[in-house]
Amino acid sequence: MPKKYHIDTQETPPRFYPVGKYTTIEFREDCAGSCRECVKKKCVYGIFEDNFLHNSSMKEPEFLYTCMSCFRCVQECTKGIFSRVINPEYRTLGNNYWTSDIIHRTWYQAHTGSIPVSGAGYRGPFVGKGFDSMWTDMSEIVRPTRDGIHGREYINTCIELSRRPAGLAFTDDMELAVDVPPILEVPLPILFRQPDFGILSRKVLLSMVKAAAIINTFMLINPKEIKEDLKPFLKNLIPQMTKDNYADYSDLIIGCRMVSLAYQPGIEQEFAKLREINPDIFIMVNIPLDKDCKSIVENLVNTGVDTLYCYTDENGLELNTDNPRFVKDMTREIHLALVDLSARQRVNLIIYGGIAMAEHVNKEIICGADGIAIDLPLLVAMECRLCGRCLEGLSCPVKLEEMDVDYGCARIINLIGAWRNQMLEMLGAMGLREIRRLRGEVGRSMWFEDLEKENFGPIFGERKVAAI
Amino acid sequence: MSENTNSIKLPKAVETPSRFRNTIGKYVIKRSNACISCGKCAELCPYGVHIRYSNYAKPLRPIEHKCIGFKCRENDFFCIDKCPVQALTLRKNALLETMGDYRWTAEMLLGHFAMAETGDLPKVDLEYSLGDSGGGFDKMRFIKPDSALSLKLDDDKIDTSIELNKTNDGRPVKTISIPCYGGGMSYGSTALSVMVGRARAAKALDTLTCTGEGGYPPELLPYKENVITQVATGLFGVREETLQHCPIMEFKYAQGAKPGLGGHLLGEKVTEAVAAMRETVVGRPLFSPFPFHSVYSVEDHKKHVDWMKEINNQVLCSVKVSTPTDVDMVAVGAYYAGAHIIHIDGSYGGTGAAPDIAKKNIAMPIEYAIPKVHQFLVDEGARDKITLIASGGIRNAMDVAKAIALGADGVVIGTAEIVALECVRCGNCESGRGCARGIASTDPELGYMISEEYVEQRIINMYIAWRKQWCDILRSFGMQSIKELVGRSDLLIHMDYLDKEERAKYQATPIKQHII
Repeated sequence: MPKKYHIDTQETPPRFYPVGKYTTIEFREDCAGSCRECVKKKCVYGIFEDNFLHNSSMKEPEFLYTCMSCFRCVQECTKGIFSRVINPEYRTLGNNYWTSDIIHRTWYQAHTGSIPVSGAGYRGPFVGKGFDSMWTDMSEIVRPTRDGIHGREYINTCIELSRRPAGLAFTDDMELAVDVPPILEVPLPILFRQPDFGILSRKVLLSMVKAAAIINTFMLINPKEIKEDLKPFLKNLIPQMTKDNYADYSDLIIGCRMVSLAYQPGIEQEFAKLREINPDIFIMVNIPLDKDCKSIVENLVNTGVDTLYCYTDENGLELNTDNPRFVKDMTREIHLALVDLSARQRVNLIIYGGIAMAEHVNKEIICGADGIAIDLPLLVAMECRLCGRCLEGLSCPVKLEEMDVDYGCARIINLIGAWRNQMLEMLGAMGLREIRRLRGEVGRSMWFEDLEKENFGPIFGERKVAAI
Repeated sequence: MSENTNSIKLPKAVETPSRFRNTIGKYVIKRSNACISCGKCAELCPYGVHIRYSNYAKPLRPIEHKCIGFKCRENDFFCIDKCPVQALTLRKNALLETMGDYRWTAEMLLGHFAMAETGDLPKVDLEYSLGDSGGGFDKMRFIKPDSALSLKLDDDKIDTSIELNKTNDGRPVKTISIPCYGGGMSYGSTALSVMVGRARAAKALDTLTCTGEGGYPPELLPYKENVITQVATGLFGVREETLQHCPIMEFKYAQGAKPGLGGHLLGEKVTEAVAAMRETVVGRPLFSPFPFHSVYSVEDHKKHVDWMKEINNQVLCSVKVSTPTDVDMVAVGAYYAGAHIIHIDGSYGGTGAAPDIAKKNIAMPIEYAIPKVHQFLVDEGARDKITLIASGGIRNAMDVAKAIALGADGVVIGTAEIVALECVRCGNCESGRGCARGIASTDPELGYMISEEYVEQRIINMYIAWRKQWCDILRSFGMQSIKELVGRSDLLIHMDYLDKEERAKYQATPIKQHII
């Protein structure tokens, strides 16, 4: 049997106590002080064990990161002095899109490499904006994988970044009559991207690049950052160049497998020049996802480009407009435009923006992307709190600049390993054996508007509240 | 113990207090050291918040969960004002902020704790019928009933029973006295006392409970007439004799919490007893495959059903499936294969451990699936020949009524039953030693925090309280039986489908941001 692609994870505890969700409150005036029945000593999860001073000198623990919320201490304290509140610092984590819950889950996955599992059902809102307004389907009986989670190593998450010919043609003596371009494959539909902000020290960048190399994906990076320490990883880097500066980086064009060019009108004329420098180079074009994106994509599709990389802002919102659409809807538009041109098979679509959880990857692919690119989850995996202090020139609360490269790399690998496992869970449930089969496969999804219309429409009539 | 009604026997509610010394209430009452132990508060409070024994120096700590809070201010027994030394203070409990979530809010949890304790609806102003999820059941309301329709009938004259065999196939007619039965929670995932207690409650209530997929512990045999044997994909503990015990056999193709994934019992929970029951190895995690490896088609499924009927010629057959896009087709397939019950399990429910990604994203919520399946069965002319049971995210009595009005005959309840046992939904059922509150644990220490008697009575109490709510609804619409409510979606409104003025006539949808 050929070796299956697998991401090896290993437990990598955080260097700093993560911001805990809860904090205790004690009404100490009633505490006996050295109660033999003290609930802290009896905690089922032993969360006070590392905080022994909490018992002996009543020192407050700074955090309750590991509190599992069983309420036994609250309910069993003989004097009833215990209570809890949400840690005020936890509320300030992240923002409306990158919520504290997402950050916490990302930390958990980067720590353990395991997928988040819990009991007692789902606990979130019925429906939400963006990706939370769609569900994925499952197959009740007939399915190709047949083996549930036992067979998931057979599910292929590989995508291609190379262009494909419109079709094959043969000469009379059955020789190929068309040029078949070389193939560039990535074993999972997740590319890394250099973040726009954050403590981007060499150690942070090196951690990301090294992790990309170990799991055999690519990282989009500013060519200025490619110094000696990153040179060993050139095969996993995609330098993001422009029409004006690529000539300065001919060594990278020769050393890398793929380069990207920022879109400008007439950019396609540069492709031949790039291929003069390195005939095997794969070319990606970076296009802002705004109202013009669709027509740009339509014009570029037959120019010999391999991959189109369309980017929104970090929250998945359309660029250059006051009334932005969400990335999933825009992806759908681009994908369908390519389908209408009968050109969807020829190029690949990588989307950046708003991908914060594993489920977003699959949902984005359902909307029509081949793969996605992420940056902030990489930073969060390395304990970043998205506090933005670095943007103001203040110190990093988790000292990202001092981080050990192997540590950062292991945390990122854990995160991506956990993400991939979750993607496999969804694919397995859908009965799909290839993530490439998921692209644009909206039949394998259920959308809020459709479900409401189909199932509630006949009962309740016309929906009067349009927005979610 | 029991009293006669039209057709059913209902057990009595018996006060069953919390297992924990400090209960959690919506309000906090503190008594300061200024207290002179005059006993006035204990004398005044009709709710039993204050207790003072004559041979104690001071009154006991206030029993906070019984306090009705600030609305008591208008009463002449408001302890805060009447205390001669102002030793009492009242405020809202900040702890509630750390409890509950969008679907099961803190107030819904406390409401169910109170119902399970008393068998009555809570006296405290708790919102236990609507959650904060902002969709589905939380946006549905029953229309304002025409007061002329209202019946003056006592609860015991109202029929809440449902039939589980509508096929007229010569097999027993099975009636359960409430439109709910217990969901499958396996031996291994829950403590044995919980399992047996649920079976005892099912017997007392004349309904059913389910073994889950972990086998049939002999302790359940005294209640076998009320226990469904589940045959799941892992076939753990499935033996011919356990199939012969049961009145209903349930084929579990999928479950809503992890549709398409199969069950997973973590190694830590596979103790010696669990391993023996499941015929596996101690400490090894157990995966149930998905799906049945012997079923590739509806014809294969029919083979399963036939096999089931052959082994036990009295058994009724239930088919439990999840809610994919084509759940209506699956339901009709189950009908044509000869099932008596089609059980659809929506994606937001479940009790056991499941990947968060699956619970949130895979398969549709039950609110969509019920009308979809109901209507399709009606169109196929099959609706009156099969019992439609819904589950997965049905949290309270009003959800049950709404599910029935949408088209289900009855529902299966899992989470609410364990909430009655004081589950706080921390979600750590799967971690290490299992549930810290002793409900979903086989740990030698934790698993014995809970007694069968406690489980039995708390669950009975909760259903008795629920029944009061169902009776109120039925009476107000002039119905004498809950069977009349099935498919009456014309009695429901959805807030998002009403004009603003119309919407204002109904209870507003709770809007609250939770930190989850």
